[in-house]
Amino acid sequence: MGEFKVHRVRFFDYMPSGIRALAFNRDIERIAVARMDGSVEVFHCSDRFFQEKIIPGREQCGIEGLSWVGERLFSAGLNGGITEYDLTNQKVKYTVDAYGGPIWTIAGNQQGTHLAVGCEDGTVKLFEVNEDKIQFERNLDRQKSRIISLSWHPSGSKIAAGMMDMIQIFNVETGHSVHRLLADRGVGTSRSKECVVWSVVYLSDGTIISGDSVGMVKLWDDQTGTLIKSHNVTKCDVLALSVSQNEDSLVAGTSEGTVVQFQFISMVLGKDDKEWVRTRTFKNHTHDIRAVAEITTAVVSGGMDAQLVVRPLLDKVEVRSAASALRKIHFPHRRLVSCARKSGLMLFQYPGHLELWRLGESEGKGMPGSSLFVKRNPEKLLHLKVKGEDHIRCSAVSPCGEWIVYSTASSLRLYRLHCDNNNVSITKISKLPMVLSSANQLCFSSDSSHLFSASTQSSVHLVSLSQSGCKFVGTLKPKSGERTIGFGVLHIIEDGKWLASANSDHEVHIYNLQTRKAHCTVPVYSSAVTAMGIHPTTNCLFMMYADQQMCEYSIEQKQYTDWSRMVQRKGLHRFWMERDTPCLNVMFNPQHPSHVILHDTYMLCIIDQSLPLPDDKTQFYNQLTLKSLPEEQRKSHSHAFKVCKTFKDILCVELMSDQSLVVVERPLEDVASQLPAPIKQKKFAT
Amino acid sequence: MATLYEGYTLCGVGPVQNSSNIGILGVEQGRDIDYVLVTDSSRSITVYKVSDQKPTGSWSVKQGQIISCPAVFNTQSQEYVVVTDDRVVRVWKEDDVNLEKAFKATVSADVLRVLSATDSEPVVLFCCGAVRFLDSLLASPQQPIEDVLTEDEIIRGEHCLYVQRFNPNTLVKHRIETEPGLSAPISFSATCRGSNIHLLYLYLNGSVYESVLPFRSSSTGAEGVQALSCSLCLSLPLGEEKLMSGAAVVLDEAHVAVIGFPHPSAGACKDYLCIWNTHFQTLQASKEMAGRIYSQLWCYSGKLYVPHGKMLSVIPFDCQKSSLAAAMGKLKQTSRSGKDFSSDIYEMLTCKNRKTCQNTFCLIFKPLQMDCSLVEDVQAEVGEFIRRAPQADLQLAAGRVALELVSRSQTDANFYPQCAFLQLLETRYLCYSVCPELLSLAMVKKDFHLCQIAFQIFSDIPEAVTCACLKAILSTPDLEMETVNLDTDSVIFMKELTQAHSRSDEEGGQLNGFCPPALESDVSDTPSNKLQRDPLSLDMSCPVGLHKGALLNEVLQTAYSDRSLLPHLKDLTVPQVIVFLQYLRFLYFKYSHDAHKQIRALRTPSISQIIDWVCLLLDAHFTVLAVAPEAKRLVFDLHKFVRSQVKLYAELGKIEGSLQVLKNSKQSEDFGMYAIQVIELF
Repeated sequence: MGEFKVHRVRFFDYMPSGIRALAFNRDIERIAVARMDGSVEVFHCSDRFFQEKIIPGREQCGIEGLSWVGERLFSAGLNGGITEYDLTNQKVKYTVDAYGGPIWTIAGNQQGTHLAVGCEDGTVKLFEVNEDKIQFERNLDRQKSRIISLSWHPSGSKIAAGMMDMIQIFNVETGHSVHRLLADRGVGTSRSKECVVWSVVYLSDGTIISGDSVGMVKLWDDQTGTLIKSHNVTKCDVLALSVSQNEDSLVAGTSEGTVVQFQFISMVLGKDDKEWVRTRTFKNHTHDIRAVAEITTAVVSGGMDAQLVVRPLLDKVEVRSAASALRKIHFPHRRLVSCARKSGLMLFQYPGHLELWRLGESEGKGMPGSSLFVKRNPEKLLHLKVKGEDHIRCSAVSPCGEWIVYSTASSLRLYRLHCDNNNVSITKISKLPMVLSSANQLCFSSDSSHLFSASTQSSVHLVSLSQSGCKFVGTLKPKSGERTIGFGVLHIIEDGKWLASANSDHEVHIYNLQTRKAHCTVPVYSSAVTAMGIHPTTNCLFMMYADQQMCEYSIEQKQYTDWSRMVQRKGLHRFWMERDTPCLNVMFNPQHPSHVILHDTYMLCIIDQSLPLPDDKTQFYNQLTLKSLPEEQRKSHSHAFKVCKTFKDILCVELMSDQSLVVVERPLEDVASQLPAPIKQKKFAT
Repeated sequence: MATLYEGYTLCGVGPVQNSSNIGILGVEQGRDIDYVLVTDSSRSITVYKVSDQKPTGSWSVKQGQIISCPAVFNTQSQEYVVVTDDRVVRVWKEDDVNLEKAFKATVSADVLRVLSATDSEPVVLFCCGAVRFLDSLLASPQQPIEDVLTEDEIIRGEHCLYVQRFNPNTLVKHRIETEPGLSAPISFSATCRGSNIHLLYLYLNGSVYESVLPFRSSSTGAEGVQALSCSLCLSLPLGEEKLMSGAAVVLDEAHVAVIGFPHPSAGACKDYLCIWNTHFQTLQASKEMAGRIYSQLWCYSGKLYVPHGKMLSVIPFDCQKSSLAAAMGKLKQTSRSGKDFSSDIYEMLTCKNRKTCQNTFCLIFKPLQMDCSLVEDVQAEVGEFIRRAPQADLQLAAGRVALELVSRSQTDANFYPQCAFLQLLETRYLCYSVCPELLSLAMVKKDFHLCQIAFQIFSDIPEAVTCACLKAILSTPDLEMETVNLDTDSVIFMKELTQAHSRSDEEGGQLNGFCPPALESDVSDTPSNKLQRDPLSLDMSCPVGLHKGALLNEVLQTAYSDRSLLPHLKDLTVPQVIVFLQYLRFLYFKYSHDAHKQIRALRTPSISQIIDWVCLLLDAHFTVLAVAPEAKRLVFDLHKFVRSQVKLYAELGKIEGSLQVLKNSKQSEDFGMYAIQVIELF
């Protein structure tokens, strides 16, 4: 089949940011995740938790809470502002200052009319949600200490607010406090420390559940204001609570990294006398869990260790499948690395800066499995800091390595790179065309003569690049004229004739670059496109979907290819479908036109379209078997999917012009070693 | 097996100048393996291309000068080196025409030899025992040369061995410890194997001794003479005639070429080139050499260079790695008369000069020579002899005694000292080639007990004899066989094997956890009752008796080479083949059921031995088995079973790679931040 020289790169110090808040929207099955660096991500829960949207953060924005109101997403943070997001364009829509100091929590009522925020100054502020903005309505009775947590009664008439040492119940109508529930401080030395009520949940039957810094989950009655029951969950803090929609299950996240489930079940079988009983404990995190969300069939949790864990509740799963498996999402479903294929450069995208590296060189040849002598080490050429507070949204380096472009929410910058011998200098291209004010996605043409930018307004802008500067050439718009947003993937084929763009509505448009007209649209599939590529010789568009399906679409004939139909007819192998990370790049090998190179976080795969497809009886991961078989028997055992599991925690794979592969890995152990120390726990016999 | 191929003459040898040495001073390796450098004593040096038998270059010294040592080729500098008139070192290149114009240097002491080795600088050995590298010597030719040898020693091959090591420079003097009374060795050969130097010396009395000298000896600054122990590794047969000259050269670790000694079976006075196996003391190949033999023999890259008569012959040879069975062969024991024999022994013992032993021999051979002596007496004498004889002598003598007893048993039908044979066998000094008639005698006498012991002890039974025994065993009725007294361990094994079968039958199933490999149920002619459901439990009764089985097991464990065995296997009759195959199938099924694992026995045939024999039998009788109706069922069963096993192993083979990776995965692949690796996808 083939040997590849692989540059294994592990010096991309990408650090995922810790998760601060989660918000689940049951109606559209999306979960929003807020991270410490202020970025907000939206995952599609029923599409294999594909990360649909990423809204980059900014310096010092410190989101503390997230809330859905209908299909609108709001966040509030320590900067004192409430932010609404433009999810279609993946950017901040507006920010309103609440004038109450840092905001610790935000909660929307179920009716979708109001937002409540809890402020440092002790006020709970109500905002009315209007058509296109939010409007401050009034304050509830001001308290002496900050408001840490809030929960609306499902009816919308009452609000429970967690504070220092107590919980207040407000009547929304009057704005007065109805009850004051005193939370006990810890015993012994922690007696002197305040008890922080980190999280409250107000159930429709009037039960208020609180989680606090003493490690207790307490149940209160809002009529009498008395404690019904208390569960000691942990010695540390209970940081987050979340209740299921039908209020029969509750999960609590602790700073030990455990998620504790409580269920509302009857103690005696058949009787209607139900109680909250602690049932299960999950331990999937190493650090504090800052947010939990109980979604329909799973518990989603996130915390300081920056991974989003989807733990299925098997009693609620009807059919066990790959979609309902335990899932840990470590890395964004976008590419953070772009490679200059012809000049051996790599551009690493960090939130606040870019790094340009030159790959090393090897000497001699080696046996498969061996490491070659590195004649020249990789070299960091450039460290480019972002101007302003916004984090980078997207970036690209041109295939020739001469151009670098990046975009934040507010600006786009294009640089020209000069490399002579060992001196590297860059010049910023000034006077960019107006259309290049900001971009969702950036891409250079394969001959580096054009820059394509998926704008926030519509479609794709075409800009020609030359020594003198850049010039706006035209805009590619879909035929129908509806607002479609360039999303995620953008790809230009080798001869520069075709361009394809996929958007968040799962639409894929193909444009003819010579006429600059829309050529056709690929039939819409239910799952999101995670990666695509246009074959340089056959002009077929190869698409990978979040549900692990793959399609090959002939651009010239405007139909799926025979191979694609065969794949759909025969179905993909079970093991292929069970992979839990999306494919992030589609590449083609010019030397083997029948090969398609794909990768996800855990594997590198070459699909040989000339070989038979595996069926469910075939051994899918057969590389080791083939290796041990003699040459002549390999043919009969091989199938189209050649999966290489040598690499793990892959961020990027790229095939360079010299046929070598660049594999950028970010080992999770390295990530874990850079995290702050978790809470020290006494282990037996230590 | 070693082979001597047809030789050819490389060149003629000049007029013989003196009696002991002929015209050739030496033959040395040329610039590659196809070239040799022949130095003759008549002032000329010739380079021959061996494959063409043609000279490619020749140089001569002026009249009046004498070449005093064989010319060598310096592989480092690609130059030829020779010493003339004892002190003048001459160095020239291939394209130099005149030796007189070549570089020369006069050194300050007499040079004995220049020694060349591939990939290293030649060394110059002086008559006084000092050694110098050629390059350092030529750098300052007049440097003083120290005396290593004491005044009354010369380098010729006395009982002392000087070992000089470079880096660090050490000199160790070893005294070769041989039998007293031996004169100096007539020929030496040294090889390096591993970290040892192996020295081989040949004495005129036909003894070949070997000494092993480690490269790095522990005693560094020892001033005194160290004893160098040596072991006798070969005793060459001596002819009637007194030998004058001979030479030996080591070919590989097991083979040595000897010239000048008679072929054991040919007339004594002929001069032969022989290849002997020192491990088994067997003659591997021989070639008669016409004309006079000199004490000269060289070996370079698979060719022996033998000066004989008036020519220098090149004889290619081939020494294969010999299995024990293959090492036997050409040495046919010549039948000797008893008188000859005992005189031989007498001679041998006298030269060993051990009186006690000699006395013992006299005790034995007196009664042996009396035809009327009783079997019991002989047995008692043999027992006494074995008890009293020293180990080293026993090794040589046991075979001779056995041979004598066998020959007498063959002539005298009433004489069969079974106990004496068993006693001799138990010394473990006998092997088949020492006494080949013993096994056939036992067969004739139907002494299966002796056969069994012989099978256990002899590792060199020829395939023809193995087959003859097999045939005899198979043709003997079971009833007769059961009365034979056999080695108990083997019989217990057979008992256990057959009992394991009956036990599992009683339990009505297999051992715990055993699941027979799935076979296609295409057995159309079998009714589906409980027994038939598991095709492996078909016919699991032992087809032969216990004792016959025990003997067959011994046959299975003998060493053989299949190519030699195959023609002899064809001698078996069809019923014999079928019975044997049935037995093998029985064993194979038993083994597959893992029954034998629970039986503790010292000697059991291995599963691969069983399979090999099945294959051989099928190969030998394929056509017969294909048409014989009574064999159909048997072959069919075997086929089915083998097919299921092949399937199983194919599946196991598939996971081999994964297991290998699991094994290797422990080595962590920590390559830091960056590495360029090669991966292969299949």
